[in-house]
Amino acid sequence: MLTIENLQANVSDKNILKGLNLEIKPGEVHAIMGPNGAGKSTLGHVLAGRDGYEVTGGSVTLEGKDLLALACEERAREGVFLAFQYPVEIPGVSNMEFLKASVDAVRTHRELPAWDAVSFMKKAREACKAVNLDQQFLKRGVNEGFSGGEKKRNEIMQMMLLEPKIAILDETDSGLDIDALQVVANGVNALRSPERSFIVVTHYQRLLDYIVPDYVHVLADGKIVKSGDKNLALELEEKGYGWLEGESA
Amino acid sequence: MSQENAQSAPNAEPLSDADQQIDDAINKEYSAGFVSNIESDTLEAGLSEDVIRFISGKKNEPEWMLEWRLKAYHQWLEMEEPEWAHVNYPKIDFNEISYYSAPKSMADGPKSLDEVDPDLIATYNKLGIPLHEQQMLAGVAVDAVFDSVSVATTFRENLKEAGVIFCPISEAVHEYPELIKKYLASVVPVKDNYYAALNCAVFSDGSFVYIPKGVKCPMELSTYFRINEAKTGQFERTLIIAEEGSEVSYLEGCTAPMRDENQLHAAVVELVCLDGAKIKYSTVQNWYPGDEQGKGGIYNFVTKRGIAHTNSRISWTQVETGSAVTWKYPSCVLKGDNSVGEFYSVALTNNYQQADTGTKMIHIGKNTRSTIISKGISAGKSSNAYRGLVRFNAGADGARNFTQCDSLLIGSECAAHTFPYIESKNPKAIIEHEATTSKVSEDQLYLCQQRGIDAEKAVSMIVNGFCKDVFKELPMEFAVEAGKLLEVSLEGSVG
Repeated sequence: MLTIENLQANVSDKNILKGLNLEIKPGEVHAIMGPNGAGKSTLGHVLAGRDGYEVTGGSVTLEGKDLLALACEERAREGVFLAFQYPVEIPGVSNMEFLKASVDAVRTHRELPAWDAVSFMKKAREACKAVNLDQQFLKRGVNEGFSGGEKKRNEIMQMMLLEPKIAILDETDSGLDIDALQVVANGVNALRSPERSFIVVTHYQRLLDYIVPDYVHVLADGKIVKSGDKNLALELEEKGYGWLEGESA
Repeated sequence: MSQENAQSAPNAEPLSDADQQIDDAINKEYSAGFVSNIESDTLEAGLSEDVIRFISGKKNEPEWMLEWRLKAYHQWLEMEEPEWAHVNYPKIDFNEISYYSAPKSMADGPKSLDEVDPDLIATYNKLGIPLHEQQMLAGVAVDAVFDSVSVATTFRENLKEAGVIFCPISEAVHEYPELIKKYLASVVPVKDNYYAALNCAVFSDGSFVYIPKGVKCPMELSTYFRINEAKTGQFERTLIIAEEGSEVSYLEGCTAPMRDENQLHAAVVELVCLDGAKIKYSTVQNWYPGDEQGKGGIYNFVTKRGIAHTNSRISWTQVETGSAVTWKYPSCVLKGDNSVGEFYSVALTNNYQQADTGTKMIHIGKNTRSTIISKGISAGKSSNAYRGLVRFNAGADGARNFTQCDSLLIGSECAAHTFPYIESKNPKAIIEHEATTSKVSEDQLYLCQQRGIDAEKAVSMIVNGFCKDVFKELPMEFAVEAGKLLEVSLEGSVG
């Protein structure tokens, strides 16, 4: 599904990703862990095509398509979804209006039948319910005045409606209490399917108790230095990242 | 009391990609920019007594009207062009302007739409405002002004039944001289300001509306007009009289084709809102703003004012997206006790556009109330200033005002300014003032783009969200039109 080969990227002329390789097959969940500053969030933004994140080498393909050749919004329409660590507010633009524009753009691109207003509302309400957000949130400005947990749940709600091929969760667990964490995890688990893959970026093993990954990778100094199954996360929890430092050199 | 809050985005060095995208979207061509090929009957440039006699003669005006114009002309000659506005433009040579232009095919005057020059109809069609469609829009009467002469007036008969008069002001001069003599320049005196005086001398045409006592006008009254002749000053004159207890909603909208030379527009609009009456005046203005170098475009110096008598209400709603230079302050004189004045404004500037716009609320009567909601959007290298005066006279016991001015910056080279003036001679008057400045951030654009929404649509959505408080004040029939015109402007401005 998603193939990342020798990916190198700069942010503000600083080399952050230094030859990253990752192969993700349909339906798989890959957790990316690692120390602060290793490039975890950068990976998410590079895949999403954020302005200012400059790819200097390597390749990324999604179902054989050259992802790096596409603009940010085109990647999104192809099925790349990034759940933000810090979702930004857009005052005055209702969540509903935003979601409708987003769903329309994505569905049109994928040549899927458009949702009329009624079925869109129905789906949006269902998605709200699934992440335990009151329907009133659909009428409010995008993330406007939402609490940290509400913002994160709103991200998952959007993911449900957009039905991405590859979803990247960028420290979605940060700032969440255990109940909210469970809600978010349930939302993600409900979306797991043989056609959809996930990259779960996290600092903590805790999230992986709820979203059980197929693979765990350690990202250090811009490279994947160790890969394993879910037990690797437990090992990291216990030992920290220090013991891996030799391997990143 | 007067204060200035100026906020300019710092000049970012190399444009980031997001800024570049915004700039690209901004740089699209003005989609209403075309010139229709209609022969016009244009007077040679220059202003003199003879020119005024010519204009008056063309309209077959009575002697008293000519005298009135000539008096205004002599007063204008003694006045000075104002320079206090936060705009810069080359000095206007008033002798380089032609003061009269009428489409030639108008000589006989069309009896119905079928007789209207098909080119004219085509022009409206290009703008997406076909007259036929407009007529069919529920209850909208259209008095279309093309350059200086009305070319098609519809629904006149229906209105007549209700006793409502809606006609070109040139016609009203002949048909209703008593009303004209009584009310013309009763709200905006001839000597009010430089441009108002000029308008009095040379006004071409415009609308006249009279709503009799107790009558609720059965339909929205709408005028579409556009400037079509190069170097032609367009001097609209509009007079609306709402008798006691009557109600009217008037819609004004316009676009102009692309031109190289700056075109001067100095309109005067007067509203007379008698006891218990309500006037709602809505404008969408989409004149040619000039190209991306700031060349061409309309100079728009407008005087709009209403007098509100006891228990009456005047609402101004405007969506300003065009013109190279805008100088415009729709105002309310709250003369009667318990009268209400409202001003809802969206002003969008782009490229090198400059706008100095706002309102004046003059509280004279007791318990008078006013509300000002102003939304300024600046893109490109444009400058957008809000200038508002709220004055409480000594007798205005219990008067209150609420003002909210918000500015939205798009890109990093534009500027927004706020100049609120408050004068109070009544210690008991209450005023609330709120002001914000925000910027369409790269993070907001990124969020939209990551959700599959392109930058252009994203900015359009953000801008629309910003303007929501004002758009909801537009009449239903106009909201669609306004959305469309804003969309056109946003295409030409941002996305």
